[in-house]
Amino acid sequence: MKDADLYLRQFDHLERQAAGRHPAWVFPLRKAGLARFAELGLPTTRHEDWRFTNLAPLAQLPFRPVFDYSRDGVSEAALGGFPFAGLAGDRLVFINGHFSRELSAVRPHPGGVRVESLAAALAADTGLVERHIGRYARDEACAFTALNTAFFTDGVFLHAPAGQSLPDPVHLVFISTEGSAHPRNLIIAEPHSRLTILESHVSLAQAPAATNAVTELVVGEGAVVEHARFLDDRAQSFHIGTLQAHLGRQCNFLSHSLALGARLSRYNINTTLDGEGVECVLNGLYLANAEQLVDHHMVVDHARPHCASHEYYNGILAGRARGVFHGRILVRKHAQKTDAKQTNKNLLLSDEATVDTKPQLEIYADDVKCTHGATVGQLNQESIFYLRSRGIGLETARRMLIHAFAGEIIDRIRHAPLREELDRLVWNRLEQHEQVCLTT
Amino acid sequence: MTLQPIIEIENLHASVEGREILKGISLSVAPGEVHAVMGPNGSGKSTLAAILAGREGYAVTAGSVRFLGQDLFELDPEERAREGLFLAFQYPVEIPGVNSTYFLKAAVNEIRKHRGAPELDAVEFLALVKEKIKLLELDESLLKRPVNAGFSGGEKKRSEIFQMAMLEPRLAILDETDSGLDIDALRIVAHGVNLLKRPETAQLVITHYQRLLNYIVPDFVHVLIDGRIARTGGKDLALELEAKGYDWLLKEEALAA
Repeated sequence: MKDADLYLRQFDHLERQAAGRHPAWVFPLRKAGLARFAELGLPTTRHEDWRFTNLAPLAQLPFRPVFDYSRDGVSEAALGGFPFAGLAGDRLVFINGHFSRELSAVRPHPGGVRVESLAAALAADTGLVERHIGRYARDEACAFTALNTAFFTDGVFLHAPAGQSLPDPVHLVFISTEGSAHPRNLIIAEPHSRLTILESHVSLAQAPAATNAVTELVVGEGAVVEHARFLDDRAQSFHIGTLQAHLGRQCNFLSHSLALGARLSRYNINTTLDGEGVECVLNGLYLANAEQLVDHHMVVDHARPHCASHEYYNGILAGRARGVFHGRILVRKHAQKTDAKQTNKNLLLSDEATVDTKPQLEIYADDVKCTHGATVGQLNQESIFYLRSRGIGLETARRMLIHAFAGEIIDRIRHAPLREELDRLVWNRLEQHEQVCLTT
Repeated sequence: MTLQPIIEIENLHASVEGREILKGISLSVAPGEVHAVMGPNGSGKSTLAAILAGREGYAVTAGSVRFLGQDLFELDPEERAREGLFLAFQYPVEIPGVNSTYFLKAAVNEIRKHRGAPELDAVEFLALVKEKIKLLELDESLLKRPVNAGFSGGEKKRSEIFQMAMLEPRLAILDETDSGLDIDALRIVAHGVNLLKRPETAQLVITHYQRLLNYIVPDFVHVLIDGRIARTGGKDLALELEAKGYDWLLKEEALAA
């Protein structure tokens, strides 16, 4: 690729800087990532998985990874102004992909539960990180994952030993202020543990910034994990996120994506159902207006029998916004009795908003139940008339219906304080967007 | 108190997609009165209800409607409701995701605000709900569900009258509220409607069948045929129609033409 030199120079810089800080096995991993990235290059719309999302504006952005931690003017007050600031539980703050000890608050946990920065875990080199990192998020298929493997800085390392649970959510706050950040999270929920994780990606950037985050999540047998990803980036920012979840026997995994904005955002959700009796729910809500593009791409890989996966994604698009939803369900030959369901509903609040929704079922087993459905539409005129006929004004009626549409998704959030705050947040956002959303 | 009519419909003509449905309807309803509008399918009964409530998709081509002295067509549907017009829908729409209590409290407070009354807080609102819901023998748990979602046919109709009780309209238009109701539900609905009758309010009951009028006794019965009022009479007219069928009037219409 044409800027390969730039990536190589940046990589040399990283290699020199990190020398001696990381265990010896890390650099071969990074190098392989870089090589794979060089081979793949940034995807174009000729690539089937990127058909609807043109990355040309991102490609024009100079590649400037942020190598050093700087608080970069992020004050306690600014932190308190971001959503979920009042949430109980550990808070780990990362600025441009670097852990901020001064802004974070992590308590010690009983039972050997580890909540720490990935860089610290790497430095301690316990073997656990080596056994897991890069084993799930595979560089082969995705240039962004490969790029992250080459350049990742920090993120959370969260390990819940067998049978342990954290009553409060772990809140990861990723703040971007400039350049490009490559956060990497590794979360391991051993058998029968319970975890709730909130990954928020927010921004204070004044200029276009880019984030390329990867989360690897291992859910052991019988474990219960709720993972929520909240994205509220700047209007000029680019955001690529990947969640790679490896799901073990009879575990219960609930994933939420709450995408409230970025110039261009893409969330890859890859789940491998690698044990019998898995229950997996992928739930998501996206709001976009103006010129924003919001893209969700998921692969649900049913590798074992008797698993259930449900995807519920609702999108609300205003202005000239574009939504993309691509949901691929793969049912392998031995995955009999699979129950897979996919629903994508879109509400277009303007004539110029568009959505591309693409379900894809690949079924190699013969005794399965798979359904999918997608809708694209406007607010129901009959419902609006009914509300108005009771004295409720047109705008309030429209807002009620939009809120209801969002509520279908928000209601699936299990952790109550998270659900309640998110409900308020989405409601306020819809009110703020009122001019865009409600006057059409 | 002056006896200004609640609603005065004069020579109303209306069409849908270029087809004329109402061909000159005149009708005046005074306070305290109950009027029934009967007629065969396709005579324009529901179109009349829809136009009065402000549903889109109808073109009023001639005539006028004054509601409490105002030009009705100057008002948006929500303004009509706030002024005291209420339509009990023939097919109440299900609105998933909008909680019934939330919806109804918003409606009640919009209307109170318009009348210059203070808004009800949660406690006052619930007290009002408890009082009114008994009239319709409805289960309060319905209010925890989304608007009309998963309600049975009978529950939907009773819920419409419950909303009417909550909103206390000056004019209630019941659009085929009897359709799909068994006799017990019909009695409950009619009982509720009768309890809501006041000297200063009026009711316009639209129905195909006479049986509802055994329970809601009209002062006037208008028979609508092909977009016109073919005959107006007292409550006995409804019984006559029940005995002879609409054909009887249709034939007379044909003879007169």
